[in-house]
Amino acid sequence: MERRVRVLLLVFALLAGCASRGPEDISIPQSEQEAAQIIEPEVQRREVKPPKIDKENWEIGGYAGIMSIEDFGTNPVYGLRAAYHIAEDLFVEAAVGRTEAGLSSIEELANVRVTQNRDLTYYNISFGYNFLPGEIFLGKNYALNSQLYVIGGVGATRFAEEDNFTVNFGAGVRVLATDSIAVHFDVRDHIFATDLLADNQATNNLEAHLGFTFFF
Amino acid sequence: MRWFAVLALSLLSLHAASTNAEERYVEVVVADPFIELHTGPGRGYPVFHVADRGASIEILKRRTDWFKVRTEDRREGWVHRSQMVRTLQPTGEQTEFDDGSREAFTEHRWEAGVLAGDFGGASVISLYGAYSFNPSLSVEMGASHVLGEFSNSYLATAGVTHVFVPEWRASPFFTLGTGVIHTDPKATLGEAEDRTDQVGYVGGGVRVYITRRFMFRAEYRSYVLFTSRNENEEIDEWKGGFAFFF
Repeated sequence: MERRVRVLLLVFALLAGCASRGPEDISIPQSEQEAAQIIEPEVQRREVKPPKIDKENWEIGGYAGIMSIEDFGTNPVYGLRAAYHIAEDLFVEAAVGRTEAGLSSIEELANVRVTQNRDLTYYNISFGYNFLPGEIFLGKNYALNSQLYVIGGVGATRFAEEDNFTVNFGAGVRVLATDSIAVHFDVRDHIFATDLLADNQATNNLEAHLGFTFFF
Repeated sequence: MRWFAVLALSLLSLHAASTNAEERYVEVVVADPFIELHTGPGRGYPVFHVADRGASIEILKRRTDWFKVRTEDRREGWVHRSQMVRTLQPTGEQTEFDDGSREAFTEHRWEAGVLAGDFGGASVISLYGAYSFNPSLSVEMGASHVLGEFSNSYLATAGVTHVFVPEWRASPFFTLGTGVIHTDPKATLGEAEDRTDQVGYVGGGVRVYITRRFMFRAEYRSYVLFTSRNENEEIDEWKGGFAFFF
């Protein structure tokens, strides 16, 4: 009997001891301390951002030159271009240009006009590939960076008040006068079909121009 | 005299601004044994100088994958990205450049591109822009120039696009929208008048991540032109092109 009572008391004492210690005494203060230790360095940690660097992948500018409209003579052309350099070798260019048509031989001989509006305007979006990069040496002390490029794309040409789907391709050379200013010489063929003189006749319209662009 | 004072002051402030600007360049520390400075932003340009480990260099500007840097002894040259990513920032962190990635491709907000193709037998050139609410759902606006043998059209559309599995490199999408088409028959035919009709379209396509911030996109759309004539016109459009996201 006495033994039983002793065991019972012991069990009670143990239970009471466990209950009184358990959560309050051990885990809570420790977890609070731990929490404080974990949070503290996080407050001091800085966000590392990628550095802000002046990117010069855009190139905009204007050009002027001559353009031959098949059957309609050669006249001055001028335009604007904007290019985005995707990679060292690859760029995308959008251009708009304008020239005027002269008289075709039929118009001149028969003294008629196939169209009153003599303006030709075009726009195009092209991919360019830079190749043969190099340097042009001006005497002993100066070297200008240069690139040849081939370029081609699609667009539309408005001639005689009609829009025609146009494919263009060509090649050019870009010489960098400074890091941000370039001089271009470009030769381009604009091919479109027109019903003006013959039914759905494909025409090749060659253009050569000189331009300036700025990188920014 | 007052003019002179104003001029002098503005010149001074300009000078201050320019010197401030000069101090703003990002500086990094070379961590490789050395990095190579080229004379131009291209792989073929000769190496004319090297900056050793521990040297601090300023980044003046960047063109595609080439960085124009200035060394402590004031030499300026072009360093390739592959060497720049192995430099350290003054905090000791590895230098990182925000150039887009597969993750950014999945999560991107804005997107714009150029596509070309066939619109019911005519050629089409399109520009579009899109805004994504979440990786799957986006709204799109587009403008197209349709160039045919008998007529030309301008088409403006707005719609929604659902990308099925945005985390895939090549992810298919479904698109639905509406718009307006203005058709201008060619003068040489000398008959029909200009007309403007409402259109509705449904279509699908695929977008494929290429690299950095660029993707390829190809799509098919089936248009219905709600004409004022007795029958609606149906047109199939196939086009492909490139887009970038940011």
